[in-house]
Amino acid sequence: MMRYSGFRVFTQGLTGNTGWRAAWRKPAPKPEYDVVIIGGGGHGLATAWYLAKNHGITNVAVLEKGYLGSGNIGRNTTIVRANYFLPGNSEFYSHSLKLWEGLERDLNYNVMHSQRGLINLFHSDGQRDAFVRRGNAMLAQGDDAVLLDREGVRRMLPYLDFGQARFPIYGGLYHPRGGTARHDAVAWGYARAADQRGVDLIENCEVTGIDVENGRVTGVQTTRGMIRAKKVAMVTAGRSGQVAALAGMRLPIESHVLQAFVTEGLKPVIDHVISFGMGHFYISQSDKGGLVFGGDLDFYASYAARGNLPMVEHVMEAGMTLMPMIGRAKVLRSWGGIMDMSPDGSPIIDSTGIEGLYLNCGWNYGGFKAVPASGWALAHLIATGQPHETAARFRLDRFATGHLLDEEGTGSQHNLH
Amino acid sequence: MRISCPCCGPRDRREFTYYGAADYLNRPALDADASAWDDYLHLRDNPAGETRDLWYHDPCGTWVAVTRDTVTHAVIAAEAVA
Ligand SMILES: Cc1cc2nc3c(=O)[nH]c(=O)nc-3n(C[C@H](O)[C@H](O)[C@H](O)COP(=O)(O)OP(=O)(O)OC[C@H]3O[C@@H](n4cnc5c(N)ncnc54)[C@H](O)[C@@H]3O)c2cc1C
Ligand SMILES: [Zn+2]
Repeated sequence: MMRYSGFRVFTQGLTGNTGWRAAWRKPAPKPEYDVVIIGGGGHGLATAWYLAKNHGITNVAVLEKGYLGSGNIGRNTTIVRANYFLPGNSEFYSHSLKLWEGLERDLNYNVMHSQRGLINLFHSDGQRDAFVRRGNAMLAQGDDAVLLDREGVRRMLPYLDFGQARFPIYGGLYHPRGGTARHDAVAWGYARAADQRGVDLIENCEVTGIDVENGRVTGVQTTRGMIRAKKVAMVTAGRSGQVAALAGMRLPIESHVLQAFVTEGLKPVIDHVISFGMGHFYISQSDKGGLVFGGDLDFYASYAARGNLPMVEHVMEAGMTLMPMIGRAKVLRSWGGIMDMSPDGSPIIDSTGIEGLYLNCGWNYGGFKAVPASGWALAHLIATGQPHETAARFRLDRFATGHLLDEEGTGSQHNLH
Repeated sequence: MRISCPCCGPRDRREFTYYGAADYLNRPALDADASAWDDYLHLRDNPAGETRDLWYHDPCGTWVAVTRDTVTHAVIAAEAVA
C-alpha cells in the first residue's frame, strides 16, 4: 500500500516519477461476496469504503458497467454545501459537510475540497424573508449562514450587474463553508481507499439480472457472469428505474437530463460559488481556470446524457443577465448527465420488500455533496439493518404514507425539484 | 426537438410545457385506496427508449400525448388528449 504525501511527490519528482503504482487493482469477480454494490459512482464507492472502514465488512464488490467515475460523479458541477431547510434533509447534509471537511485525511487523497463560500442571491422582499428563514434553519442545525445586503454582495461580487431591472439584486445568503471539490478525485479517492481495504472494484461489468429466491436476494447476473451475494445494494442514480425493474420494483423516479458548461481557462476572476436561482443559473471557477456553470433540467424525461439547444440558450442568457463580463469567455464544452428525479426532490436510502436488497437513489441534481453521508448511511443500513439517524426519513414508503420531504414546495411532479 | 401539435402542426419544443408521464391520464377513482394514488402520482416505468408523456402546447392550449424516445429524443407520434 502506497501512502500519498508531499514528501512522496517530492522524491518521485527527483526520480523521474517512475515509482507510482496503479491506484487500485483490476480483480476478476469472485464467485461470491458478502455484499455486492451495483454502480461505481460516488455513492457506490463511498458505501464500499464506509462498509470497510466503519463496519469491517471487506468481502465486498462494486460492479460498474462502464469505468469508475463514468456517470454523474464525473459530470457534475462540484458544489458542496449544507444549506437545506427541512428536518430530515438538514441533519443529513450537515453530517455530509462535516465528513467532507475531514475527507482528504480520511482517504489519504487530495479531492481539492475548497470551502470558498457559496452565495445565493435574492431579488425581492419575499425572497429575502425566505432566505432569512433558511439561514436561521442552517444556524439552528449548527452550520453557518450570513445574510448579505446589496452592498455586502457588491463588496464580494463587484462584477455583477447591479443595474439590471428585471431581477434587481437585493442581497444574498452567504454560506462560508460551502464550496467545491474535484469530482473525479472524489471517485478515485474512495475507490483507492476501498481497494486498499480489500474491496473488489469490477469495471465493465453490467448487472443484467437480480436473483431472488423466496423473497431473499441471492446474487446478480452480470456481463461477466453470475455473482452470488448475501446482500445487494442498488446505487445507480439515473439508471435506478431499470436496475430496480430487474428485481420487479417500480420506483418513484423519473430520469431527466441536466446540462453543464465550461469555458476556456481564465485567470482567477470568480472567487465563490454564485447561485442565481431566479434566473436558473449558477457558476464557479475551477482550479484550472474554467468557468463552470449550469442551470435547470431540460425538463423532459431523457436518458440521452446530452441536452438540447433551448436550455443552452436560456443558461447563456441568464449568465449574461447576471454578469455581462462572462460574454467575453469562450465556451469549451457542454455535456449532460442523467438525473434520478424523485417526486419530492429528496433521496431514498432504504431497504426494499426483498430481504437483503437495498436501494439508494433519488439524488436529483444534488447528489455530489451527499456522497460521504450517503455512503455512510447506506453502509450503516447494510451492516446493521437499521437506518442511520441522519438518513432516517429517506424512506421508500414516504410517498405512499405522505411523509414527503419537499424542500422546494413544488409538489409531486418529478421535474419541478 | 419538434413536436407536431394536432392543432397547429410541427412546432418548436420551446412552445410546449412538459408535464410528466402519460400515467397522469389514469386518474384513480376518488374512493381508490392510497396505493392507487401513490401509483398515479409517484411511481413510474421510466423507460430508456419509447415512452408516452404529456405536453401542453402553450399557444393553442392543447394537451398533447407524445410518443417519443428518451434515448434519441426522436418524436414518434403526437395526439390530442381528449
Ligand atoms: C450537470 C450536472 C451537474 C450537477 N451538479 C451538482 C452539484 O453542483 N452539486 C451536487 O451536489 N450534485 C450535482 N449533481 C448531481 C450529482 O452528480 C449526482 O446526484 C450524483 O453524482 C449521483 O450519484 P452517483 O455519483 O452515485 O452517480 P453515478 O456516478 O451516475 O453512478 C451510478 C453508476 O451506476 C452505473 N450503473 C448503472 N446501471 C448499471 C448496471 N446495470 N450495472 C452496473 N453499473 C450500473 C453507472 O454506469 C454509473 O457509473 C450534478 C449532476 C449533473 C449531471
Ligand atoms: Zn397547438
